[in-house]
Amino acid sequence: MPEKSVYSANAHLSPIVVTSNVRVEEAAPLVRLSLRGGEAAASHAGASIGAPLPLEPLTSTMADKAAAFWLGPDEWQIAIQEGDATAVFERVETAMADTPHSLVDVSERNRALIISGPKAAWLLNSQIFLDFDEAVFPVGMVTRTLFGKADIMLWRQSEDIFVLEAWRSFMPYVIELLQEASRELEAA
Amino acid sequence: MTQDFRTSAGGRIDRSSPVDFTFDGKAYRGFAGDTLASALLANGIHLVGRSYKYHRPRGIITAGSEEPNALVGIAREKGQNTPNLRAPQVEIYQGLNAESQNRYPSLSFDVGAVNDLLSPLFVAGFYYKTFMWPRSFWQKVYEPFIRSAAGLGKAPTDPDKDRYANHYAHCDVLVIGSGPAGLAAATAAAQSGARVILCDEQSELGGSLLHDRTSAVDGKPAVDWAADAIRALSENDKVTLLPRTTGFGYYAQNFVALAERVTDHLANPDPRLPRERLWQVRAKEVVIATGAIERPLVFPENDRPGVMMAEAGRIYLNRYGAMAGKRVVIATACDTAYRTAVDLKAAGVDVAVIADLRPDPAGVHVDAARSAGIRIEGACVVTGTKGRLRVKSARLGRIRPDGSVTAMGEEACDSLLMSGGWTPNVSLYSQSRGKVAWDEDAGAYLPGASVQHERSAGSCHGVFGLQAVLEDGYAAGENAARAVTSAAKRPKVPAVTGGEEGAGGTLGALPHDRDPARVRAFIDFQNDVTAKDVKLAVREGFHSIEHIKRYTTTGMATDQGRLSNMNALSVASKTLEKPIPQVGLTTFRQPYTPVTFGTFATTARGEAFDPVRRTPMHDWAVEKGAEFEDVSLWKRAWYFPKPGESMHDAVARECATVRESVGIFDATTLGKIEVVGPDAAEFLNRVYTNPFLKLGVGRLRYGIMLNEAGFIMDDGVVGRIAEERFHVTTTTGGAPRVLAHLEDYLQTEWPDLNVWLTSTTEQWAVIAVQGPKARDVIAPLVEGIDLSTESMPHMSVREGKICGVPTRLFRMSFTGEAGYEINVPASRGREVWDAVWNNVEAVGGAPYGTETMHVLRAEKGYIIVGQETDGTVVPDDVGMDWAVGKKKADFIGMRSLARPDIVVAGRKQLVGVLTNDPKVILEEGAQVTAEASPALKTPALGYVTSSYYSSALGRSMALAMIADGRGRMGDTLYVSTAEGAVAVEIVSPVFYDAEGGKQVA
Repeated sequence: MPEKSVYSANAHLSPIVVTSNVRVEEAAPLVRLSLRGGEAAASHAGASIGAPLPLEPLTSTMADKAAAFWLGPDEWQIAIQEGDATAVFERVETAMADTPHSLVDVSERNRALIISGPKAAWLLNSQIFLDFDEAVFPVGMVTRTLFGKADIMLWRQSEDIFVLEAWRSFMPYVIELLQEASRELEAA
Repeated sequence: MTQDFRTSAGGRIDRSSPVDFTFDGKAYRGFAGDTLASALLANGIHLVGRSYKYHRPRGIITAGSEEPNALVGIAREKGQNTPNLRAPQVEIYQGLNAESQNRYPSLSFDVGAVNDLLSPLFVAGFYYKTFMWPRSFWQKVYEPFIRSAAGLGKAPTDPDKDRYANHYAHCDVLVIGSGPAGLAAATAAAQSGARVILCDEQSELGGSLLHDRTSAVDGKPAVDWAADAIRALSENDKVTLLPRTTGFGYYAQNFVALAERVTDHLANPDPRLPRERLWQVRAKEVVIATGAIERPLVFPENDRPGVMMAEAGRIYLNRYGAMAGKRVVIATACDTAYRTAVDLKAAGVDVAVIADLRPDPAGVHVDAARSAGIRIEGACVVTGTKGRLRVKSARLGRIRPDGSVTAMGEEACDSLLMSGGWTPNVSLYSQSRGKVAWDEDAGAYLPGASVQHERSAGSCHGVFGLQAVLEDGYAAGENAARAVTSAAKRPKVPAVTGGEEGAGGTLGALPHDRDPARVRAFIDFQNDVTAKDVKLAVREGFHSIEHIKRYTTTGMATDQGRLSNMNALSVASKTLEKPIPQVGLTTFRQPYTPVTFGTFATTARGEAFDPVRRTPMHDWAVEKGAEFEDVSLWKRAWYFPKPGESMHDAVARECATVRESVGIFDATTLGKIEVVGPDAAEFLNRVYTNPFLKLGVGRLRYGIMLNEAGFIMDDGVVGRIAEERFHVTTTTGGAPRVLAHLEDYLQTEWPDLNVWLTSTTEQWAVIAVQGPKARDVIAPLVEGIDLSTESMPHMSVREGKICGVPTRLFRMSFTGEAGYEINVPASRGREVWDAVWNNVEAVGGAPYGTETMHVLRAEKGYIIVGQETDGTVVPDDVGMDWAVGKKKADFIGMRSLARPDIVVAGRKQLVGVLTNDPKVILEEGAQVTAEASPALKTPALGYVTSSYYSSALGRSMALAMIADGRGRMGDTLYVSTAEGAVAVEIVSPVFYDAEGGKQVA
């Protein structure tokens, strides 16, 4: 895993949760593209962003300023740290010009949280029923799942760092429940 | 009161930390480590409650969660009472305030006790027999009476202020119960490298080892061995130890629910801590190590305060330093009670006699008691007790070889400890859907075959004696680990001295020399069920234990009959003259012990019950004083009342503003799906009734989507953004359903189509600007789009910029006025809204809400899916046959439109309805009939679907679905109202601008 992730905390916002053993921060804005299509389209798209798209289910790939997530047999989410969504969209779209596919700009659809620290998995398990043992949910794994009653995408960036994406209107619900569950970590 | 019944030393209490608490308002002192039950006993208090039916005085009987009598209510503050807590499970803290239940005015003088004198009336089935006739009494007399008598304890009156947490966990091996078997199982599994969770309902792990004063394990006192084992487990980071955590529900696929009590034992809990935590555990393997429960003896007046289980007496003595009494009679049919006698004697308690049912008690436990100088009487039975609020003496009787009993006189005592033997605790095994099997040798029901990945260990499956229990526990832990890891190790089982198994036990009512008509021997203490009640139920024809249970209520207490079932079963079996297995055993169900509602709800309450979805413009609407309505999970601005305006005023003003000037509306919540790929047009052509192949780039089309049955499931506007790219909108509530429907068809019916779907609902904020001035309002803000009607006519879409933000600009109308829907990236929605609003406000426009939107579209006769349609409506029913492509080869639902029941005459059709009195606004859902007062059972012709006051018409108007409605234009029909039927005229559903000139202008 490269040290630098495509996800970084949004420096303009104060952290959502800060305790000695877990932090929750909102990620800075990103360009997000939803790619649907076959492996050929994925291959062209990967070349254009500098990170080959993962073909193994539930895995991810990472480059310096980009990451790609396998979300289904014909579905990927691409995250790119760049300002101009339209420009990125055009670049990737052009790379796949001759291959049937669907590329949709969903940069604004999701918000992302970065949950980090030794208690990150514990905190997520307050609302996510998955097993975060590293043998079961290794670093690099990505999946769509439920956080309470909200659909989310969850990616394990490193042992103690998770990225949670949800549609923007669901994010206040996710944040409220993360804050609620984290309160006891500050208790004596 | 001083702690007169406290031993001088010993126990696991901290004698240097006194704790003051109150019980029924009276102050007492105990020590840190005490339970409410042990502290009361140390203060000489046995009387702690009144029974449910007869209000008989009752004392503490057990030292565990099976306690039937010592139920208390605890309130940290007014209105926050938690009823029916078991005193042996309540840990005392400084300032604890506990109240007894089911008594008035006080525990020692309870007027309800008159029920006891009337007890001949309150026989089994009393309710069913008494409250039957006369029938008219049910509602006014019987039901209120039963309701006021029902329930034990006081429910809290205020919303629960506590917080409850949830935690999902996974493990290889879940061990429930931390007595010797559970500790051994957890140790063995942990040594194999498995991920282990060990939980126990008690405050401290260790189970029976915590009060075992005489056994040694591995050469160490049993309690020290337990401490070492727990320490080793706690140092293993793959092990989670959970004291105060009840495994209360064993569900499918080894899903086990645990309730952890986090703060109930604390005097001043940190408010950041949750009160309780629900653990939802998925375990690969489960070890049930829940032990066995000692059975009461069923003799007359066995419910007198001071009568207690023998092992409970030992627990209170050894673990808490609290003596059940100073002169104790022990009644038993089982060796284990002798251990209690020996321990009491050693603590200086006067053990008057051990009355053993068996003629010749013998064995290591008996020998120990004998050598301690305790008097032992064989073939001896307790035939009654005396004392008002506490036992003063026990009547003893000699059992003769023929089974009859002769009186042996009375033995003075202040406590009577009893043991009828041990019942393996099979509750969780039963919950796992396992079938218990009767074991004749054990005289007990034991777990049968495993249905899930679980195994029982120790006395909960009939293994007794400390050495055998430890061996069983280690083997269970090893086997559980072996099932999940290949690296399982064979553990070394430590050697035990002492802790020998005790023989003996009895079931059912004991013989006595008393008048059977006058004495009562209790089987189920909490529900006041006696041996006589069970016999009566059998005589009245209830032969299955499931029926006897429901008729007598035996076994329906908070312990689900763990204390009483076997005695009830034995009485029924003897009365029926059938062996016990033929009478059966009732099923144990979740939860094992009562669980608070808060723990089940966890965080899903109030604002966090469901996600509340808000648009980027929500705060603006709040600032403008909007009222909101819930549409699926969304909050939508309903209307924007100005100060002093009613809803009616506000909606009328908003409607008029849109019609005359311009209105701005937040349409963000509409579902949006981007349909992309070479076959996108072909796909849409198949899912909508309308033709889509020839829709030009830059054009919009309104489409109707049917289900396979031909009924309308959703509608929306579709824009062709590029040759292979469509922007599809759905209703707000229908978005997830439509996406799943389309994805389903793509994956299962047409996998050959090269087209894909992506939800873009939340990518876009959508600002609708509607009204004659709409174009003027947005024109100064738009770049790169020619807004002229020639260049951008009604039902077209252009890409460009607004306020410098990329936009997909739709020219469309759901109001009948010319209008636009501005799609911009969600995070820019508010700034664009503000800019548009500035211009809207400048020309005298207004924001409008969903109510105005509904009125405006109804004036145009536009349907709302789910309001005009109800899942049984086809396009022609709502006058939309024009939207069905006649030349299309196929679309979803097409074949169903030719079904006989669809083409038949007489279907309900959408019409407009005008009341003869223009001021009358009909109720939505009101029935429409041909006559003002139709004969009873005349079917209605239809019903009103939408009804409003229309400011454009200056009168009320409504839409309705009426049989053959289009053939009834001009007819007078009648609509029911609260004030009687009113006459209405059937008209076209298009009330406003029927030519449609305004929206295309």
